[in-house]
Amino acid sequence: MITKRIIPCLDVKNGRVVKGINFENLGDVDSPVKLAEYYSKFGADELVFYDITASAEGRELFTDILCETARKVFIPLTVGGGINTVADFDRVLKCGADKVSVNSGAIRNPSLIGEAAKLYGDQCVVISADVKRVDGVFRVFAKGGRENTDLEAIEWIKRCVGNGAGEVVLNSIDTDGVKKGFDLEMLDAVCNAVSVPVIASGGAGCINDFITLFKTLPKVDAGLAASIFHFGEVKINDLKKKMAENGIPARITENNYAESR
Amino acid sequence: MIAIIDYGVGNLFSLKSSFAAIGKEAVVTNDKSIIESASHIILPGVGAFSDAADKLRSTGMADLVKSEVGKGKPLMGICLGMQLLFDKSFEYGEYKGLDLIKGNIRPIAEVIPAGLKIPQIGWNALEFRNETPIFKYIKNGDYVYFVHSFYAADCDEAITAVTDYGAPLTASVQSGNVFGCQFHPEKSGDIGLNILRAFCETGGCL
Repeated sequence: MITKRIIPCLDVKNGRVVKGINFENLGDVDSPVKLAEYYSKFGADELVFYDITASAEGRELFTDILCETARKVFIPLTVGGGINTVADFDRVLKCGADKVSVNSGAIRNPSLIGEAAKLYGDQCVVISADVKRVDGVFRVFAKGGRENTDLEAIEWIKRCVGNGAGEVVLNSIDTDGVKKGFDLEMLDAVCNAVSVPVIASGGAGCINDFITLFKTLPKVDAGLAASIFHFGEVKINDLKKKMAENGIPARITENNYAESR
Repeated sequence: MIAIIDYGVGNLFSLKSSFAAIGKEAVVTNDKSIIESASHIILPGVGAFSDAADKLRSTGMADLVKSEVGKGKPLMGICLGMQLLFDKSFEYGEYKGLDLIKGNIRPIAEVIPAGLKIPQIGWNALEFRNETPIFKYIKNGDYVYFVHSFYAADCDEAITAVTDYGAPLTASVQSGNVFGCQFHPEKSGDIGLNILRAFCETGGCL
């Protein structure tokens, strides 16, 4: 049976992993390459690298880090941040990314998803949406959650999937950094609107939050988190064991390449 | 040396890196003499079957790969590369493949229960069927990473493993020195590296 994926997200700025609480107060965690190797070895099903660098210099540094990681880590890598053109897709795919997630770039240029899907396939294009409730309506936010686009989130996500996005990452700004659980209401609305995989992001504080997520919303395919993994509050292997105990299909790994060698 | 066939389809960075990780030299190439001198051939591929099949033929890679296989050289097709090994695909039409393994490529929608997402994206377990040397270092039930909307049908004799996605879907095949994996060994962690390593040990021409 296909397993529910557990995905650590690495926010990278100037070649280092950082994690913000509600996107502010960024604090340094560790080297992206080291973290990626660690996660790959200890059960992560996939990794997301999110480039939050604004400068061209930082972008080059990011691309180097990505190449170095892809040389050592053999699980799927998704890259996001600063993806505005098909040339940006090309840049990160050449460095070993398997999927590319678009956010503000798709808002600025609505044809980006369609063009990229045609060139690289739907499976390569991920729509990442930062969504927040404004007067009871789910609204899409741009620029790392700072700018309200006034787009209604469910319609926006449906449109992106219709244009060729093969996966959806839903990041609830309302629950992000709060560590009291995923935004089940928002996720349910998205799962009912699209038929492609949905990745839950924002709000995980403990193992039970993932159990509740997959138990309550069996249509959710994956759970994504950052700081709780980086700071060791949740160990992925423990989480997977707990998932299996609760009847949630999980990939339990052993480090058996090293053993058989 | 392993030749990874470059015919303008897909991202070959990870594939090349994964051979480096198991200490094997791999070259991404469409050079005839390099492919002829390689010990093993990898046929990668993502995207649409008809485009890839056209590119394989127009670049001359189709004939070259078939003639190398005829000499007994081990070949592994990965993902769409595996599907291209079969006679025919029914992906949005009817297209001819390399005809190295008997069978047809068909939509998974025809066999899986309604409500399951298409493509199948994620980690699923291998259920071993016929024996194959490429599973020498892994065990039944190990997880590998899949991304696909089509699968190989009508090929029972060649199936070496299936995976359960509401229905048993062909995960890997073998016919003589021709091997195929529907999943991505280069994205399947240690299990995947062990499959590539075992493939490198087939054929006895290291």
